[in-house]
Parts: sequence; structure tokens; C-alpha cells
Amino acid sequence: MHPREIDWVIMGVYFVFVLGVGYALRRQVKTSTDYFLSGRSIPAWVAGLAFLSANLGAQEVIGMAASGAKYGMATSHFYWVGAVPAMVFLGVFMMPFYYGSQARSVPEYLKLRFDEKTRGLNAISFATMTVFSSGISMYAMGLLLNLLLGWDFDTSVWLSAAVVLIYILLGGLTSAIYNEVLQFFLIVFGFAPLVFLGLKDLGGWQGLSARLTHVATAQGFAPQAWSSTWSQMGDPTSNPMGVEWFGVAMGLGFVLSFGYWCTDFLVVQRAMAAHSMSAARRTPLIAAVPKMLFPFLVIVPGMIAIASTQHTGASGFVLPHKPDGTLNYDLSIPMMLSHYFPHGMLGLGLTALLASFMSGMAGNVTAFNTVWTYDIYQAYINRGASDHHYLNMGRVATVFGIGLSVAAAYVANHFNNIMDMLQLLFAFVNAPLFATFLLGMFWKRATGHGAFAGLLCGTAAAALHHGLTLPRGSVAGIKGGWLALLHAYPSEMAQNFWTAIWAFTVCLVVTIAVSLITRPRAENDLVGLVYSLTPRLRETDQAWYARPAVLGAGVLAATLLLNLIFW
Amino acid sequence: MGLDIRIPLGVMFTILGLLLTGFGFFSDPVIYQRSLGIDINLWWGLALLLFGALMLCLGWRAAGGRTH
Repeated sequence: MHPREIDWVIMGVYFVFVLGVGYALRRQVKTSTDYFLSGRSIPAWVAGLAFLSANLGAQEVIGMAASGAKYGMATSHFYWVGAVPAMVFLGVFMMPFYYGSQARSVPEYLKLRFDEKTRGLNAISFATMTVFSSGISMYAMGLLLNLLLGWDFDTSVWLSAAVVLIYILLGGLTSAIYNEVLQFFLIVFGFAPLVFLGLKDLGGWQGLSARLTHVATAQGFAPQAWSSTWSQMGDPTSNPMGVEWFGVAMGLGFVLSFGYWCTDFLVVQRAMAAHSMSAARRTPLIAAVPKMLFPFLVIVPGMIAIASTQHTGASGFVLPHKPDGTLNYDLSIPMMLSHYFPHGMLGLGLTALLASFMSGMAGNVTAFNTVWTYDIYQAYINRGASDHHYLNMGRVATVFGIGLSVAAAYVANHFNNIMDMLQLLFAFVNAPLFATFLLGMFWKRATGHGAFAGLLCGTAAAALHHGLTLPRGSVAGIKGGWLALLHAYPSEMAQNFWTAIWAFTVCLVVTIAVSLITRPRAENDLVGLVYSLTPRLRETDQAWYARPAVLGAGVLAATLLLNLIFW
Repeated sequence: MGLDIRIPLGVMFTILGLLLTGFGFFSDPVIYQRSLGIDINLWWGLALLLFGALMLCLGWRAAGGRTH
């Protein structure tokens, strides 16, 4: 069902407001700190919602629904074991060092804590990665808008790139953050009625669970495999993810999620822009509250889609097939939008999709222009220029960052394999990162040489592990096993989790070993950067319930409860 | 900080709410077969209106507090 007038009007209102916010903020950008860090002036709740929204790009929304269809409720491990605990850890333990050190970016923290080469390695890999990820998601968006709106690929890519470019050029990070708040609410209000209608169609949660037992038994699993989180995790063969509890807790939870949420500048930048230390610490904690409810918004639609396909509800929704005959899980949300929403709501649903694409893209672009300007341009190309010069460089970087993303989208459109290979490479680079930050913040003895060697060896270990293992049933190549075959995992996900566990462990061990044989930095230089040398923060200016530790404990308790309810 | 995001948020959702409620009120009921017979435009439009109004109230109250 293609949109008609009322739907276009709703989408138009959204475009007017995102551009209007950028326009309203154009006079507030006077220094590079205004442009890259919003002049550190953002209230905690705004930063918190932006923190969430920047991550809520297309891949997240489309991908999580697809996983909900493929693996069922267990997909919520990405939230209830992964993201939420990591966000609490960031707010309670790590934010004091990111914010307190006055670092302007995550790579800059590495420079302050370790040395120039560790920062360089992180900055260059991060900058490359963000540009390509943004391109890959633009490509996905182009395909989807083509299907839903009937726009051609060029129009979709160039139009959304232009809108994002304009509002970031006008208002910098503040404009991106404010728009992320608009986008957050649009995504929630656009998708919530979809879940309601889908559930109603299938006879509520009961009807959904009943149909999911057919989905599970039809594929040879225990009846509750699609509607439970932990009960089938004892053995990798008894759940559709093909992973066991240790791989989930350690690989997904501890290594991958902490690695992403605690070290990725795309999200951390939002907290760094907060107006005070306590606001910065509350940013990820505030974000964690809606985050723990997101499985109901993005995973449940996928479960509804697969349940309905297996055994249709009154309205007869079924997932479409791909050309090769398999179900096209990625279309769960888009197809449900056009199945359940009448004109009017359809416009709102499509606006929610557009908002998610744009928030993801703007997140990447603002993180890229900051790392490029502060950690690459100012560090290696032009050191002592005026602040005004760096502000202009940030604007230029915004233009060529978006330009490169558009180029990457076209490359992805023509050579899909190149993008798969790049994503694999990025996974290798990212896997060991959390070990470096953990040691950097909590072990004063860790040295720059140690961190650098650890990162390189961790990345090498990830590549090596991938080269020696393969998910069962795959052919050697991009899926792994390109060196030799030592071990076969039950699924690709299990292989990913274990790649991360190996990379983390090797990075940890190598960093410790090399640190012990290299000269430590003077303790005076590490005040404010390492836990044991930094005076404890006194949070006496806040009510007891607003203190990070209390908020964090509350969020964790609620998440534990969700795990138990959906056990 | 200059701009209170609750104001644009409130205005945008009020406009979207008015559009959906209005369309829900005047549109042909046949189109609501796909939403299981519920006039989702009308009801959800009202929800958006309520949210928009709430944001505007919060934003205006904060602005009032600053000028005093």
C-alpha cells in the first residue's frame, strides 16, 4: 500500500520540524565545543533519550524485529543481558573518567590515559567504521523506501542525506541531539500501535504464545523455545540461536555489549554533552529505563510476524518470501505497517521509520566529525590552529563524512560482499576494546605500550579465531574457516560470541603482560583518569534517589525481574 | 541552553494529533478494516494530542519559572 496525501502531510510535518530545530539553533554555535559537544549544556533527560535514539538506527529496528522472528523472545538478551547492564556500568563507573577528564572524545581519553599511538589506532578505526556503517544503513534505507514509498534509491539516499546534512551543519551536535529526542518519541508513537494491533489480531499475548509453540515445534524445538529467554539456554542445540548460557552472558553480555555501550563514541558523546558530571552519569541510566522496555516495541513485532505467518490471525498477515524461497524476516516491521495501518497512521509509521534512519545517520555523522577534527586533524594534520578554524573544519568534515557515507551506500548497492567483509573487519577491531578500557580505568599499572599491543593482539586473535572456526553447515570463506577448520559452532551467533570472548581475553592478557614489563606512568599524571587515583565523587547535592548508584541498582533490579518473568 | 526541546516536541505532536484525529473523524470507516475495525487514527490521534499538550504545558511552565 503506497502512501497518499494525508501520509505525505504527516511526513512533511516531520521534515519541517527536524529542519526547523536546526534552524532555531543556528545562532548558538560559536565555538568548536558548541559544535562538537553542545557546549556541555544538555540536560540529563534530553541527553538520555538522544543516547538511546542515536543507537536506534535502521539496523537496530529492522534487525531486532528480524531476530525476534528468527529466534523469538530470546532476542531480548541483547537488551536485558547486554545493553542495560552495560549502560548502568557506564553511568556508575566509567562516566566519572570520561566526563571528569574533560576529554572531548573517547579516543582523546585514550590519549590522556595511555599514549598517542593508542589514540591514533582507535580514532582512525572508529572514523572509518562510522562512515561505512552509516553508508550501510543508508543502503538498507534506500531499498526499504523504494519498497514502501516507491521512491527510487537515489532519491531516498540523497534526500535523507541532505536533510541530516542541513540540520547538523546548522546546529551541530545540539541539533542532532534535539532531533534525536523528536525521533525517539516518533519511533515510540509510530510503532506502539503496531504491537497493539498485531497482538489484538492474534488474540493477545496468549494467542501469540500459543502460535509460537507451533513455530517452535515445526522447527524441531521445545514448544516454549520462541516465547522464553533462558529456559532453553542450557544447551546450544535446544534453542534457535544455537548458543548456550555462558556464550550469552560472557560473549554477548560482558564482552560485546559492554564493548559497544561503554566505549563507542557514538553513544558516549551524548553523555559527554551533558551539562554537569551528575547529568552525564545519569544520561545512560535514564536511557536504560526505556531501553529495557524496547523488546516489546521492536522484538515483539517480529514474533507477531512469524507467529501469524505460521498460523494466521483474523486479518491474515503473512511474511513475504525472498527470491530464494526463505522467509524475509527483515520485512517484519515494514510489512506489518502496511498491513495493519490505515492511511493516516501509515504516515506516522513511515515517519517513525524515517526518524529511525535519520537518528542513526546523524549519530554516526556527529561522532565522525568530532573524532576527525579533534583526534585526527588537530592531532596529526594541523596542530595549533584557532578554535574558529577547527569549528570550520568540523563543518567541512560533516559534509565529507556524509559524502563518504553516500558513496559507501552506492558501493554497498553494487558490491554487497565488500560491505560484509568490512563489517567483519570492524567486528575484529571492536571485539577487544572493552578490555583496554577496563584495564585503563581500573588498573593504574596499565601502560600505553601494553594497551596498544593488547589491542593489536586482540584484533589478531579475533581474526584468527574466525579463520579457524565455522558455523555448522556453512562453507569456508566470509563465514569463517578461511585458514583451517578446528571447530564448528552450532550457529553464526555462537561463533560471533566466542570470537569476542577470545579477542577480549587475549587483549586482557597481553595488555597485562606488556604493561608489567614496560615503565608505568607517574601516578600524578593519572589522577582523574584511573579509579584508584581519583577522589570519590560526592553526590550530596542530589536527593538520594537521584544518585547514580541508586538509579543503577533500581534499573538492574527491574531488568532482573523482566528476565525472571520471561524466563 | 536557549531552546527548550519540549516546545517544538509539543507543537509537532499537537499538529500530528490534530491531523490524525481530524482525518479519523472524517475518513471513510471502510479503511479501518485493516486496523481490525478500530478507528486507530482517531484514538491514536487523541493520544498524540494529549502528549503534545503535556509537553507544551511542561515547557511553558519552565519558561514561566525562568522569567520570574
